[in-house]
Amino acid sequence: MIISVASGKGGTGKTTVSVNMALALGTGVELLDCDVEEPNAHLFLKPVIERSERVETPVPLVDLTKCTFCRKCSAICRFNALAVVGEKVLVFQELCHSCGGCMLVCPEGAITETGRELGTLNFGARESIGFINGQLRVGEAMSPPLIKQVRAAADPKRLTIIDAPPGTSCPVIAAMNGADFVLMVTEPTPFGLHDLKLAVEAVRLLGIPAGLVVNRADIGDREVFEYAKREHLPILLTIPFDRRIAQAYSRGKNIVEEFPEWRERFVALYHDIEAIITAKGKAVSCAK
Amino acid sequence: MKVAVTSKGTLLDSEVDPRFGRAPYILIVDTDTWAFEVVDNGNNANAFKGAGIQAATMVSDKGATVLMTGYCGPKAFETLEAAGVKVIDDITGKVRDAIKAFKEGKVTYAAAANKEAHW
Repeated sequence: MIISVASGKGGTGKTTVSVNMALALGTGVELLDCDVEEPNAHLFLKPVIERSERVETPVPLVDLTKCTFCRKCSAICRFNALAVVGEKVLVFQELCHSCGGCMLVCPEGAITETGRELGTLNFGARESIGFINGQLRVGEAMSPPLIKQVRAAADPKRLTIIDAPPGTSCPVIAAMNGADFVLMVTEPTPFGLHDLKLAVEAVRLLGIPAGLVVNRADIGDREVFEYAKREHLPILLTIPFDRRIAQAYSRGKNIVEEFPEWRERFVALYHDIEAIITAKGKAVSCAK
Repeated sequence: MKVAVTSKGTLLDSEVDPRFGRAPYILIVDTDTWAFEVVDNGNNANAFKGAGIQAATMVSDKGATVLMTGYCGPKAFETLEAAGVKVIDDITGKVRDAIKAFKEGKVTYAAAANKEAHW
């Protein structure tokens, strides 16, 4: 089972919710930090990193001795990663999305693949909780290829909890696509609501069931709660704006460790999600 | 010789468009005869990525050896350089004035891109 924790707006508490749910459940969980541009889940989970791996994405390499400058490669590239001028072929590696189209259409077999460094995958664990994060190479503009590699490295036998990046664009889609459930963490402010709406639209396009965690639930206004009701989005957990929680956070401490009564709330959160997924599965099998 | 000028319109009296890759038109002007070809850059202007690279390839294909524009980014510059097209940037005013300045030799060639890449 894969639960992706997303938000729309940044700084609402995705990492807090992901890490605390992982800690509350303990065994059989693997936490993936897919916010590869600024991974921070390790600061709170504090796993022991066992190994790191440099990862690449394929980009074209043109053999000019075979090239006839026919331009089929540059014509098929939607991202203009190849340019043929006179008897020169330029490859703009940073524009390449690794589709392999140029290699397929080259009639001379002049194109092979080389690698562009995406960043690093780090593998570790905290006791029985598995942990993987991706760290994007500084200067790399595309994070989805690395996010996909973080996800591909996950152990499918375990419950996967994904700490997704903020926003609603390609990186978030890469961190939500194929998940069984998207848990949206929001805050009851106009800003939180605005971005939540965008994120909910994206999740609906993907056809994944979703639920909400409202963090700092007693600030702002009631709009988020009314929106959730209108959209039939279940609110699965509310976390108050509590100075003690903020203080613990500022010291890198986790809610479930500092305040044991929260452990069962995060376990209950997981069971609620499980129930929604199971109910949806049944509805689908009935429909079939 | 042929000089490419980015333009907001289709005439010699049109304003120079400061953008290269996403200019609506590029005029390919013969500096000896003032004859010119209008290239509709509309498809490029809406390109998803790499508009400058496409425009640079096109300018070279049209036989221009000099490009006059406002701003030229690093990828477009690299492509133009590979194609042997020299770049004159910071051009403003009308296409006609740009060509006039070129013919009078009152231009400076750029040694590098003068705009950062877009993402």
